[in-house]
Amino acid sequence: MTPLKKNTDHRFSNVLRAGFQAGRRFQSTGPQASARAAALREAHGGFSFELTDQQKEFQEVARKFAREEIVPAAPSYDRSGEYPFPLIKRAWELGLINGHIPEDCGGMGLGIFDACLITEELAFGCTGVQTAIEANSLGQMPVIIAGNDAQKKKYLGRMAEEPLMCAYCVTEPGAGSDVAGIKTRAVKKGDEYVVNGQKMWITNGGKANWYFLLACTDPDPKCPASKAFTGFVVEADTPGVQPGRKELNMGQRCSDTRGITFEDVRIPKENVLIGEGAGFKIAMGAFDKTRPPVAAGATGLAQRALEEATKYALERKTFGKFIAEHQAVSFLLAEMAMKVELARMAYQRAAWEVDQGRRNTYYASIAKAFAGDIANQCATDAVQIFGGNGFNSEYPVEKLMRDAKIYQIYEGTAQIQRLIISREHLGKFKQ
Amino acid sequence: MHRSSEVKHVASYLNTRGCECFGQPCESHCPVLTDRTIHVQLKTFIKIRVKPDRTGVVTDGVKHSMNPFCEIAVEEAIKLKEKKLVKEVVAVSCGPQQVQETIRTALAMGADRGIHVEVSGKDYETLGPLQVSKIFAALAKKEQADLIILGKQAIDDDCNQTGQMIAALLDWPQGTFASEMTLEADKMKVVREVDGGLETIKIKLPAVVTADLRLNTPRYATLPNIMKAKKKKIANVKPADLGVDVCSRLEVLKVDEPPQRQAGVKVETVDDLVGKLKEAGRV
Repeated sequence: MTPLKKNTDHRFSNVLRAGFQAGRRFQSTGPQASARAAALREAHGGFSFELTDQQKEFQEVARKFAREEIVPAAPSYDRSGEYPFPLIKRAWELGLINGHIPEDCGGMGLGIFDACLITEELAFGCTGVQTAIEANSLGQMPVIIAGNDAQKKKYLGRMAEEPLMCAYCVTEPGAGSDVAGIKTRAVKKGDEYVVNGQKMWITNGGKANWYFLLACTDPDPKCPASKAFTGFVVEADTPGVQPGRKELNMGQRCSDTRGITFEDVRIPKENVLIGEGAGFKIAMGAFDKTRPPVAAGATGLAQRALEEATKYALERKTFGKFIAEHQAVSFLLAEMAMKVELARMAYQRAAWEVDQGRRNTYYASIAKAFAGDIANQCATDAVQIFGGNGFNSEYPVEKLMRDAKIYQIYEGTAQIQRLIISREHLGKFKQ
Repeated sequence: MHRSSEVKHVASYLNTRGCECFGQPCESHCPVLTDRTIHVQLKTFIKIRVKPDRTGVVTDGVKHSMNPFCEIAVEEAIKLKEKKLVKEVVAVSCGPQQVQETIRTALAMGADRGIHVEVSGKDYETLGPLQVSKIFAALAKKEQADLIILGKQAIDDDCNQTGQMIAALLDWPQGTFASEMTLEADKMKVVREVDGGLETIKIKLPAVVTADLRLNTPRYATLPNIMKAKKKKIANVKPADLGVDVCSRLEVLKVDEPPQRQAGVKVETVDDLVGKLKEAGRV
């Protein structure tokens, strides 16, 4: 491997250095984080885009890994659809995955902001690989926010000891956006729950060691959604858990997506998160923490599209000039750059808000909606800039276009995000 | 054009300010890149510019990072520690405040502690191998080091002098251009890459070794190690504390870009070629 160096940003000012002593990480613990944040705000005028030294180093490791190891391997994983386990294992060894796991369970207890920085860099390499990794965070989040100590130690601890995967099982063939419409049924029988139902589009469905499962425990139509569902942790090897075949998707093809059938699956009551009826809130609460990283992933893809297109535009000549010198192309690049910068700022704000201990639903939805949309736009524009070559599989941009589409669909569709944003916005306005 | 052994080196350092391809994107000059070309192209390449007053190259806004050969040196030191052949690895760097980041990288790779020898401003601009080697010699005596491992050369000035000078100042044996080093009792067996091939020598400790490209592949700093590195100490030292005068004995008179490559001329026959060579006074 060619020895490559860490790129450290040359710019710094003494004031900022004094404020950001190395080692400051944003944690989700409310009062401490807020007090620290207030002190930092005082140090440099109330607003800052500066990363801490540690964040820069983390970002650097992720960037190096993505560019040296993910980028070259991505095209063949995309063609074969093979699960990129070697890459995931390597990322695990470097500590790039499972950053959210609390320190007392063997993790690093990183905040969402740090996780987003890493996610953006990995997504630059390949969003298929990054989604497989991200599904771990999504599956773990309910346990992190709602698990008791025993559950955390058991299920998060094992993720820190070995490169295991987990999955978030909520969507069904008949219910995606309408989470309250899920039909998977969990019936209490003695000290166990017996689960029957069908889940669909579960990322890491065939590779997970355990699942976070949302099932209906009170089918009474009069029971409100906030009380009708329960969250469980299910070991993947429980009898009755039947992952379906790996689905062949348009993009992010190396990510393992499957339907899962639950047939008389018995779950011990110790595996219920919080208690019966608390599931809906847990499932939704997880999204506030996982939407910013998904937005970061989309931003990483858009950044890749921008870089590939820029590089090509500075090499390809037409009508006697580099195509980057034609305004039609340079304007396309300018608009791509605008979108990437704004998407980045959006997810950073959303991540920062939740790390401060505040509810970030509004910002998280804005970030995810915007990033998903611009990822698609930038990928399409990149193909356009490549021209005929862009349509061809020998060049990297057609994969970006196929990979980008899902960002407008999973983790809350573009339409659902708009629903959330309008509701939050009108709610604030009415106050 | 470059000799093939140099081409590989240039290919690795696209991110550096020491790239030999003045002003040109590297990949267009270097046809002997490996299949890593694809992602290597994604890196931004630095256009090296000479300062208007021709006293040096522009370094403002250029990203600074650990010299690749030094990374290999750090990696080798940590490998020795992992094999329990050495007790402690100390990473040292001379320069202004920013070098602390580079020392932190070494700590994140596994070094135990760091020493930052503060040299800034004018002194830093004129800091050369002789002053650095004097600093290292003084530190080696102070720290009672048994082994000093450095990169064989820095890729911005390509001096390839510091290691050798340290050995001379300390009167220690040296194993330079090491592609392999093995500790055997109190001797270090060093396989050196020389122009004629590989030379194996055995040198007694304490000694100086300079690392060449194929010595090892430096590890990534893992995220947990980066966090642990925060707790490791970096001591601050001034050259004066070590009794070293960093005043330079050299004065740079001028720095110029290499002459622009002239267009060639194509000829049809061998006779034409001979004729043209005679015209140019080459034959």
